[in-house]
Formats: sequence, structure tokens, C-alpha cells
Amino acid sequence: MRFMVIVKASRSSEAGVLPDAGRLAAMGRFNEELVKAGVLLAGDGLKPSSQGVRLHFSGDQRTLSEGPFTPTGELVAGYWVIDVRSLDEAIAWMRRCPNPHDEDADIEIRPVFEAEDFGEAMTPALREQEDRLRDEVAARSGSARA
Amino acid sequence: MTTTNTHRAIEAVWRIESARVIATLVRMLRSLDLAEELAQDALVAALERWPQTGVPDNPGAWLVTTAKHRAIDRLRRDRLAERKFEEFGHALDAATDVRDEAAAMADDDIGDDLLRLVFATCHPLLPTDARVALTLRLLGGLATDEIARAFLVPEATIAQRIVRAKRTLAKAAVAFEVPRGSELEERLASVLDVVYLVFNEGYSATAGNDWTRPDLCAEALRLGRVLAGLVPAEPEVHGLVALMELQASRLRARVDADGEPILLAEQDRARWDQLLIRRGLDALARAERLGGAFGNYALQGAIAACHARAKNSDQTDWARIASLYAVLARQTASPVVELNRAVAVAMSSGVQAGLDLVDALASEPALANYHLLPSVRADFLFKLERKAEARGEFERAASLTRNDRERAFLLERAARCDAAS
Repeated sequence: MRFMVIVKASRSSEAGVLPDAGRLAAMGRFNEELVKAGVLLAGDGLKPSSQGVRLHFSGDQRTLSEGPFTPTGELVAGYWVIDVRSLDEAIAWMRRCPNPHDEDADIEIRPVFEAEDFGEAMTPALREQEDRLRDEVAARSGSARA
Repeated sequence: MTTTNTHRAIEAVWRIESARVIATLVRMLRSLDLAEELAQDALVAALERWPQTGVPDNPGAWLVTTAKHRAIDRLRRDRLAERKFEEFGHALDAATDVRDEAAAMADDDIGDDLLRLVFATCHPLLPTDARVALTLRLLGGLATDEIARAFLVPEATIAQRIVRAKRTLAKAAVAFEVPRGSELEERLASVLDVVYLVFNEGYSATAGNDWTRPDLCAEALRLGRVLAGLVPAEPEVHGLVALMELQASRLRARVDADGEPILLAEQDRARWDQLLIRRGLDALARAERLGGAFGNYALQGAIAACHARAKNSDQTDWARIASLYAVLARQTASPVVELNRAVAVAMSSGVQAGLDLVDALASEPALANYHLLPSVRADFLFKLERKAEARGEFERAASLTRNDRERAFLLERAARCDAAS
């Protein structure tokens, strides 16, 4: 099961304050633990929102605005994507994470949609279309082992 | 936290820590059985204590320390076990507290301990199914019933396999050591085979209702990545990881919303997981940089990479795939590999060329009950407009597979042989 683990921004991360050597080392060790356990798929830190932009969607309209953005607590400062057996395991792992910021911080753990989750989105019409296409392709192409 | 939540949290911690705890105990006690028993005792203690105290900062160290204390308690009470106590007493230094244990665990190369454990669970003395069960249990931290469900065998069967396996290893007084030199590579091959067996069971389940079992693939992938971290200088480990990441990248496209299998040529490549493809290609590059391009798993990884790089089915470099299979076939002398080569040759040099290769395999004893042989032959015959023969072969293939979905799929193809071309 995949989870995206989102580190919410803080005043210091938004101010572009880089973590000190001790914090960096601790975070490095934690990341190493995730790698060694085979559960880390991806992860990165994001630059402060002052270096980013936002696109607002309204109907056909697109409006661009430049950072910084507020409220700070809603912003994303970094993320991991991990593959573990359950939400409980994701929580167990992230409890060991060193505090990502100097001040109080929030880490959000969100399950990623898997293929099975999209099943219900298939309308009968879509399914019929897919079936027809599949028959067509099957009639033409090979049975190379997937 | 409610008791249920706390228990779930503790079970989750257990899953994360159990392999290391057991590995550490195995090093101290030189017994898989004793190590597992004491580790379980420690888990019980955790389930009793942690709801009150909270999960400790270093749960692994807490579990190991507790296990050692339990060992001492038990051996003291059991006078018959005095010899055991003398034997193991020195390893169970009673003065250890959790902090000392944490420090000790950090110093000792836990990597070595885990390697010792995995080489034990995959020991050549054990039959393959025992290696799989023992590895999933001790390294994967899976419960007996979970392993049983994964392989669709009764729980009692798995339990028996594990008991017998531990007994075999104990009787043979197997030394819990990491093999060296050429023995390492040989023994490592057996470990990789076990991991890939688990992956394959999830990727294309041999029996039962589901075409794939993604959780099993994930389990195997994690084990593979762990191994890659433990023996990073061994190219075949990276080759295996590459193969699994690349195959896993297609999992979401292999099955439709109804659970029906979708063949490679027809898969929606937009659903291929680019993150896993990237990881797979990186792992392959690592294997190749280490000089392992011609390892059996690296070759299979390279074949999977050919598919991964093709934006659509038409752009597949079948010629390259065919030559990779040729090398693999020579190295493994495997008729199954040769069968796969035939499929690639059919794509790159024409169906008749593929059929010729398949016909040469007709009398292969190893393939006598292998459903893919008639399945592939049927497909070639179908393409050559030899539909009556194709139908017979599809039906034969259907009778040989134990997977319900696959059987239905093959029977469907058989039925289509009657339709006007």
C-alpha cells in the first residue's frame, strides 16, 4: 500500500531556514532506515512557497499568482512516498521521524489511490467501449506473456 | 488510543522490528526456534506494557532486551535446561538494559545479522516451499495464516513446513554464518530465487481466483530492496530488484476492473507506473555498472526494460529481447526461457520462425504440463490462420492451468477460433 507522507510547512521552512547539521544528520539517518527497510519509493524537500507560483482554475479561466502563500500550515514543505503494509505501519514509521522543523510541525499521511479503487468509475458505456476495443485488439495482436 | 488502536500500533511496530529482533537473537542463541519463541514472548510483553507506557523510542532494543530477560528467567526456572543456560548464559549478559542494548545493536552490524538470518531461512538443506514459508515468516514478519492465504494452502500445512524446516536446520547443526566467496554467490542465488518465487506468485498467481496479488509483489519487492542494501556489491541482487520493479510497474495495467487479465500488447501503458520504471532502470544500471549485465536476473531485467522503454507495443525492440533471451537460454538451459525466446522471435522474425522454435520444444519433458506451451503454440497457429489446430491447443492450455481467470481467458480464445476470421 502506498502512502504519501506530507511535511507541512512552518515559519522557518517558509523563511528558507535550512536545518542545522544535527537535524540534517538525524533526517539522513531516518531516510536511510526507510531505504534499508525497502519501503522508501521517493522523497524530496520543496523550496519555500516564495519561489513557487499558483494557478487558480475557475471554469475556463486560469489565474497565475506568485508566492509566498498563506496560511503556512496548509503548505507542503516536503514529501515521501512509502510502500508499507498498512496505515498503521506508515504511522509507526513516521512516529520515528525526527521533527522536520525547529518549531511544532505536522506530517500528514495520505493513502495513494490504487488501481482497484478506480473500479467504480467504470460506467457501463465506458466498459462496453473498452470491451469492444479489447476484442478488436485481441483479434489482431499476439499473446505475448505480460 | 483505544486498546484496539494500541494493539494495531504495536503489531505494526512488530512488523517493522521483528526481523531484526529475531536476527539479533539468532546470533546470540544460534537457534531459530528459540529466537522466534523468545521474540514472540517479547511481543506479548509489549502488548501488555506498551498500552500503559507508550511505544518506546527504540522498540527494537526494548524487544531484544525483554527477550533476553525472558530467556534468563525461563532457563533459571527450568532446572533441566541448566546445560543450555551455561551454553547461552554468556550471550545473555543479564546486566543489559535497553539503552545498552540499543547501543550494542547500533554497533553490531545488524546487516550481518539479517544476512545470517536470510541465508539460514533459504538454506539449501530445506525444500523450496519451506524456504519460502520460513523467509516470509522470519524476514517478512508475516503470520502463518497470511502465508497460507498467499499460497492457497491450509494454515496447518504452512505451520508444519516451518516446524520441519527449523527441525532440519537444528538437527544439521547448521552454522549461522554468512557464506563467503564463491559460496556466497551460490547461496545468494538461492535467496534471490525464493524472493522471486514470492514475487511471481503475486504477479501471476498459479492458482485461485485472482490473476494477481499485488500485496505479495510488494512483499517480495521490499525483501529484494532490503537485500540490495545488505549486499550492495552483488550485481544479481540489483538485477532481481530491477526485474521486480519493472514488472510491478505493469501491475495496474495487467488486470481490468473486473479482474480479467490484460495481455502485454493490449495494456494501457499510461497506467504503467513511471516511478517504479525509473527505479527499475536505475537498479538495472547499477547491476550493469557492477559488471553483472549477464546475470540471469539482470538479463530478465533487461528484457523487462525493453518493454518499459517502448511507448507503445509497436515500438518494442523485439530483436533485442530475442537476443537477450538467447543468452539467457544458453546460460540456464531452461525450456521455459526458450519458449519465451520463441515468442520474441515470432515478433521480430515472423510467426513461422516462432512456431518452428515452439515445435522443437514439443517433446520437452519439463514443459509437458506447462500451460504456456500450448497457449503460445495456439496463438501462433491462430495468427497463421490454422484456427482448428489453434482451438485444440487453447483448450489443452485451459485444462493445464490452475488459475481460474486464466482458464476462462484461454477458453474464450478457443471459442474465438470458430468465429469468421
